[in-house]
Amino acid sequence: MIEYIPENILRWTRLGMRKSFGGMMEDIVRDYEDIVILAADVASSAGLSRFQSIFPHKFYNIGIAEQNMVGIAAGLAKEGNNVFITSFAPFVALRAYEAVRVLVGYMDLNVKIVALASGLSLGSQGNTHYCLNDLAIMRTIPGMLILSPADCIEAAKCLEFLAGYKGPAYLRLTGIDGTPGVYKGDYCFEPKKNALLREGTDVIILGTGSILNECVRTSRALKQDGISAAVVDVHTVKPLDTDFLNQICRKYQLVVTVEEHSVLGGLGGAVAEYMATAGKHPHLLSIGIQDVFPKTGDYSYVLQQTGLSALQIKERIKQRLETD
Amino acid sequence: MKGKDIRILATEVRKDIIQMTLQAGVNGGHIGGALSSVDILAVLYGAVMNVSAEYPDDTLRDRFILSKGHIALAHYAVLAECGFIARDDMLTFEKSGGEFPTHEEMNIRKGIEISGGSLGYGMSIGVGCALAAKRSDAEYRTYVLLGDGECNEGSIWEAAMAASKYNLDNLTVIVDVNGQQLDGYSADVMPIYDIVQVFQGFGFHVVEIDGNDIAQLEGAFAVRCLGKPIAIVAHTIKGKGIPEIEGKTGWHHASINQEQYESFVKQLEEAK
Repeated sequence: MIEYIPENILRWTRLGMRKSFGGMMEDIVRDYEDIVILAADVASSAGLSRFQSIFPHKFYNIGIAEQNMVGIAAGLAKEGNNVFITSFAPFVALRAYEAVRVLVGYMDLNVKIVALASGLSLGSQGNTHYCLNDLAIMRTIPGMLILSPADCIEAAKCLEFLAGYKGPAYLRLTGIDGTPGVYKGDYCFEPKKNALLREGTDVIILGTGSILNECVRTSRALKQDGISAAVVDVHTVKPLDTDFLNQICRKYQLVVTVEEHSVLGGLGGAVAEYMATAGKHPHLLSIGIQDVFPKTGDYSYVLQQTGLSALQIKERIKQRLETD
Repeated sequence: MKGKDIRILATEVRKDIIQMTLQAGVNGGHIGGALSSVDILAVLYGAVMNVSAEYPDDTLRDRFILSKGHIALAHYAVLAECGFIARDDMLTFEKSGGEFPTHEEMNIRKGIEISGGSLGYGMSIGVGCALAAKRSDAEYRTYVLLGDGECNEGSIWEAAMAASKYNLDNLTVIVDVNGQQLDGYSADVMPIYDIVQVFQGFGFHVVEIDGNDIAQLEGAFAVRCLGKPIAIVAHTIKGKGIPEIEGKTGWHHASINQEQYESFVKQLEEAK
């Protein structure tokens, strides 16, 4: 069992979601005998080195062969194993996409995909290592559960949930080492239910992943300008919490989505698809990466380049409120 | 299944294949590669594998993974001959809304282990099944049927590396080397320099045989090698059993009419 004690939370935050994954699984696997983990030559990147030495019979390094990893996972899952697979997001989500669609989705197998360092997390490594369309394509696989935690605490909550979940799932890890969390300690995580992080009355910001840290700062900055902005953690991108969209979002004049993902097909796309076809709705503003390969650089540089810093988000929202 | 005369089983399966192709009308069937694999399937189901139509989901059953998924009609036929699928159901092949489309959909009760059709994945799944058996000390064996054209897919070789790394001596991979693929001869489309040496290089124990010879197939399936996966390189003839189409291109996927059907059945009977 994972302990949500300050010492652990501090360590996770220092490591970031990606490198915390392995340590979290060390705790989880003690409660779930049937778990096996497959990695595509990313054990150290995923913080799995110690896991591998403690539980050598529960870990397989498949090498730099993501499609094969998905196939082996399918075979293991078919025979009753509770399988987690991991690689950097673009390689497991994009390169191995068809394998995921057919062998995990179509065959409805118990494989949980842990996508490391999605979004812009890998900063200076550039566009081959960014993953800005995984939500878009994973959403189109019928039955695929998509979780996108806001911080390390929520990543741990998602992993605990997935350990007991049976079926195809995609866990999108974002942020870098040191990205501040939005949760301070243990809390009641409800899968498939949006979580309100900050109350507000003028605007509602729906964010997903570690960018929620910027969204909370955006909301604070807006407050100083006299605008009251609620912030919501959409940790489950699929299935979308449509009750929340119907009952809560409709009360606002503007619904803003923020994601470290292309504006095409991600959270903004999902919300717009739903709202646009489900009757009268508030104005929508989708903030994410425009349809470009961003210029590469440090994580904070790329966030700035793509307009995803807290103050840039604030300006976009203010502009929009003025023109609406 | 064991004890059934393999030659008779193979002929019945071939007749079923052309009947299904006829019934499918304009949809047609992957008749050429289905016929080349029939003897492999007949030996596996008739003499080798521990599978039973009565207990199709027995956890100790041998696993058969059809990786060259386009010959599902041959698999449906052998499953029907062995009692997994009712004959009438088999003849719903490619019918809209049916259980037996061109490419298989996973259905353990009917003896179908995976959803196939996208080439290059069966061996990875087979590695997973064989690894699962090792993990749980289960004594089942995993068989994967590949096409030689399918070996163009790089994922096959990713899986081959893994099979060897994990010493999967409970895995037998059969390559149906019929020498052709969709666009024609594999030698023209994309040849493999030496498939025997390639599998050996990946750490397999390789057995090279005539894949349309029942006795050679039975011998090959009995081969075991401690710590090594087995690859059976089975040289076959595309369209095997119907002299008119044997080895000819253009029969990878085809429709047939009543007249052709009758002629093909006659040729099968004569070749028996």
